[in-house]
Amino acid sequence: MQIYLPIAEVSVNAFLLLGLGGIVGILSGMFGVGGGFLMTPLLFFIGIPPAVAVATEANQIVASSFSGVLAHFRRKTVDLRMGTVLLVGGLVGAGLGVFIFNYLKAQGQVDLLVKLCYVVFLGIIGGMMFIESLNAIRNTRKGKAPKRKKHGWVHGLPFKMRFRTSGLYISVIPPLLVGVAVGILAAIMGVGGGFIMVPAMIYLLGMPTKVVVGTSLFQIIFVTAFTTMLHATTNFTVDIALAVLLLVGGVIGAQIGTTIGTKMKAEQLRILLAIMVLVVCGKLALDLLIMPSELYSLGASGGH
Amino acid sequence: MLRIFLAFVFLVLPVHAEEVVLGLSSDKVAITATFEGSDILIFGAVKREAPIAEAPLDVIITVAGPSLPVTVRRKDRRLGIWVNTEMVELDAAPSFYAVATTGPLDKVLSNTEDLRHRVSIGRAIRSVGAATMAEDAQRFSDALIRIRRDKNAYQMREGDVAFDEQTLFRTSISLPANLTEGIYQTRIFLTREGRVVSQLNTSIDVRKVGLERWLFSLSREQPILYGLMSLAIAIAAGWMASAAFQALRRG
Repeated sequence: MQIYLPIAEVSVNAFLLLGLGGIVGILSGMFGVGGGFLMTPLLFFIGIPPAVAVATEANQIVASSFSGVLAHFRRKTVDLRMGTVLLVGGLVGAGLGVFIFNYLKAQGQVDLLVKLCYVVFLGIIGGMMFIESLNAIRNTRKGKAPKRKKHGWVHGLPFKMRFRTSGLYISVIPPLLVGVAVGILAAIMGVGGGFIMVPAMIYLLGMPTKVVVGTSLFQIIFVTAFTTMLHATTNFTVDIALAVLLLVGGVIGAQIGTTIGTKMKAEQLRILLAIMVLVVCGKLALDLLIMPSELYSLGASGGH
Repeated sequence: MLRIFLAFVFLVLPVHAEEVVLGLSSDKVAITATFEGSDILIFGAVKREAPIAEAPLDVIITVAGPSLPVTVRRKDRRLGIWVNTEMVELDAAPSFYAVATTGPLDKVLSNTEDLRHRVSIGRAIRSVGAATMAEDAQRFSDALIRIRRDKNAYQMREGDVAFDEQTLFRTSISLPANLTEGIYQTRIFLTREGRVVSQLNTSIDVRKVGLERWLFSLSREQPILYGLMSLAIAIAAGWMASAAFQALRRG
């Protein structure tokens, strides 16, 4: 069934969109990532104009994250306090990120920077997670007990706060800094930042994997809601018809994903996320390295 | 005074010997939510006050969507990776353009007439400042034509106009599903030996209707409300899915 999208001004297959939304929703519920880094290229591929794809994507992530976070609330795997601290940092970072983005846009070549950013960060994060979770799986097979968390310099910092759900008693400075850093990257790369936030929470803050997913989703809702409003009021590029089709699939997928996620071991969950991140990274790297079949591309005037 | 002037005009200017009388199967296209493209039949007749001339007449029909500036970028290999390097801004390119003729375009229309009336696809694109932006600006507009032709947005249909007895003509233009809204200028040219002997302009009105129209207007006129509505839908859908799954698990 073909549907004409009022803002994107293209005609697309409704079932294709439902399916895409569903797949990305499952990933969202399983790993706590928004899925923007997967969905946006997919939407480009089926012919949605990039500006509309990025803006509408944000709106769809609000829906699937909300659906997912409710499931996590019932299981009490959302650290509200940690989520709020990360969110405060994230919003500050997003503001800084938009500033940096506009500066780079004035210098030209921002597209290239965004792509390189993707490849480098996805590569590093994916690679590190893959090796770490592979070792963790090997260790459990051999019957070794997992290493206890070390007491490092992080625990010497002031402004300590108790994060009961995560079982942590640490300074608020590291989570705030993580929030700011992720916010900056998210704004530059045009995504919710879940795929950077999740590994950062696991490895930098030492949060348990089960809590990380729900907390990340909680934080993503606010960031993407903010982004949606920004796009709707400045660029007029949020397509409600497209969003509804994607989010119907997305919210159902998120529920399925959460169920799958709770039945899996933390290491398995991490290694799957790592593989997914590496695949996306590889695809982007190939795009940069292989000669494209069409060297020319069209864009609306005045865009970047 | 005016009457004398008008009389003078009518006496001096030659009356068109051959004129176009035109019909369209519809002069409005409504874009609804399930719009899948539309075929428009353009038909008409040649009205004459004199017997049919020796040299045969030809018909050219063009349909052009709203024109907008377009940026065309080209990728090049730099330090081993493919990046956008050169770009050219084309002043105006129609979002849709179709040319239908009774014969090969270079036979039915001379180059000078093409230049004057901007009939062929290449001429329909305006690129005044393009030459200053890149050495081979022509290749950028060729690329635009190639990309849009692949999407069926630019159509060259030589010999697609049926022309009976040098009098009745008809053709069908298929508008694709990915249509931009606006006024689609439709021109009909009668040519003889490459020269335009008569021209008629009309337009097809392509509009979003119903829900499409409402959403589009709301997004432009009440962006804050529109944004909040998008968020409300998202939150409601997320909550409903969660509640439904919980009910499923219990039941």
